[in-house]
Amino acid sequence: MSAAAHTPARRRPDAAAWGMRAFVYAVLVFLLLPTLIIVPMSFSVKDYLEFPPTGFTLRWYAEYFADRRWRAATLLSLEIAVLTTFCTMIVGTMVTYVMVRGRVLFRGAFNLLLMGPIIVPHIAMAVGLYLFLKPIGLAGSVAGFVAAHTVLALPFFVFTVAASLSQIDPALEQAAMSCGCSRPRAFVNVTLPLIVPSVLSGGLFAFIISFDEPTIAFFLSGIRDRTLPRRMFENIEHGLTPELPAIATLLTLLSIAILAGVALLNLWASRHKTAATRE
Amino acid sequence: MTAATRIRRRRAVDGRLGGTASALLLAPFLVLMLVAFVYPLVDLLLISVLEPAPTLENYRRVFAEPVYGRVFLRTVWISLLTAVCALILAFPVAYLMSRSRGLFAGMLAACVLLPFWSSVLVRTAAWSVMLGREGMVNTTLKGLGLIEAPLQLLYTQGAVIIGMTHVLMPFMVLPLYGTLRAIPDDYARAAALLGASRFRVFAEVIVPIAMPGIISGFLIVFLTALGFFITPTLLGSPQEQMIVTLISQQVREVLDWPFAAAVVSLLTALVLAIAFLFNRFLAFDKVLGGGR
Repeated sequence: MSAAAHTPARRRPDAAAWGMRAFVYAVLVFLLLPTLIIVPMSFSVKDYLEFPPTGFTLRWYAEYFADRRWRAATLLSLEIAVLTTFCTMIVGTMVTYVMVRGRVLFRGAFNLLLMGPIIVPHIAMAVGLYLFLKPIGLAGSVAGFVAAHTVLALPFFVFTVAASLSQIDPALEQAAMSCGCSRPRAFVNVTLPLIVPSVLSGGLFAFIISFDEPTIAFFLSGIRDRTLPRRMFENIEHGLTPELPAIATLLTLLSIAILAGVALLNLWASRHKTAATRE
Repeated sequence: MTAATRIRRRRAVDGRLGGTASALLLAPFLVLMLVAFVYPLVDLLLISVLEPAPTLENYRRVFAEPVYGRVFLRTVWISLLTAVCALILAFPVAYLMSRSRGLFAGMLAACVLLPFWSSVLVRTAAWSVMLGREGMVNTTLKGLGLIEAPLQLLYTQGAVIIGMTHVLMPFMVLPLYGTLRAIPDDYARAAALLGASRFRVFAEVIVPIAMPGIISGFLIVFLTALGFFITPTLLGSPQEQMIVTLISQQVREVLDWPFAAAVVSLLTALVLAIAFLFNRFLAFDKVLGGGR
């Protein structure tokens, strides 16, 4: 008998291993169940929510797109998310560059500030911003939302881009500078193209963080300016209407698209890297 | 050569960005963080002790009135239960992920990451439909003959724990996966060769090595649950308030802003205190990458 026969990792999976697999599959069902339930419900012909759904209709999608208030909320969220993405990409790239290539005084305090929005409960930020912006009339303003969402998205962005920037040899930029390039030009022409995939990934993260953000939206939204998550919140609170599963399905598709986008960008980045090392 | 040019030369050699340029590039970030993050939090603290007149009355109220003490204890308890549930569900998933390759590993990761990046509201809406009186859970139980009348599942603490476990589970899987992946297969194999049972391999080899990941995931889920707003508000019981529902009630209905500010400050202080205490275990980087 060979030694391999004794090694448990090569042993045929036994009851315990199958038990664990069964448990894992059950957990995956638990994770995916809400999505698997709500998508079919969006096609039901009935005026109330039911599962399993009856028939097939796209009526609720049509009603969502036709409804002026849903449309306004969606456009507002879109505007905020796009602006947040740009702000995060610009401010975030500057911060990441200094973190990896520059001098940061008080690094401890700096890290605390950067990670703060992850640790501090969102409700604290939301109430704080509400009590700060309400008296000066900016509570429901686009600027207020964009600032808050950028704060939330920055840690994700900086982490993503720092991981990629720290892999790039600083000598590349120095070489460009010794050939007479200024540092900004060296950055834009040499370093930036190499980290573009991660900057775009981070931008996608920022977009979805902003577009789906419910807590700050709950406190900051005024009567008129309601983001999509704010209106969805109300809808769920007052016992869902049949448009909600349709919106939920669209949002799930958006999440899948974002994840797929990030996966493609990762693929691109790894191709990039192999190409760079080959040269 | 003047000192200044010497320094400039040296910088050009080590390639680092100078102090002034660094400061300039950091300025937008610092201004944003001060205005949209630090100031609002400091402002809360000030409102809680200064309005309408300098007083600690708001804090006294939180500690003196038993109803608020119960709200805090209930929130801590529910958050702990959520973290325990998330750990039990996440560990086997993370373990299988760490031992899988190829398409299967990708599929597992997708199952964990899709919820991570999909809307909390969508998932909460689904739970609210599923746990309703005529919802899928009740009809299934009735169909199986396990219950006669529909159970009150929605608007209970159980619903909050289920909903929050579902939302926060990826925060547990990612740090666990990070530590489990680093354990070579040989360790378990060696222990088994020496005669350890599967259970002993798990309890005495895998778990101790994975402990940093376990603690990190547990803390991240627990701390996030403490201040998690959406699930307790939409699925929770109005009679059994949690800290977040107390805060939103005070801000939006009672309009007692100084008191709300005091409760928010206490919640933030609690979360930050735990975070500082266990600082070295908090591997937020695992979660921040979004599991890439």
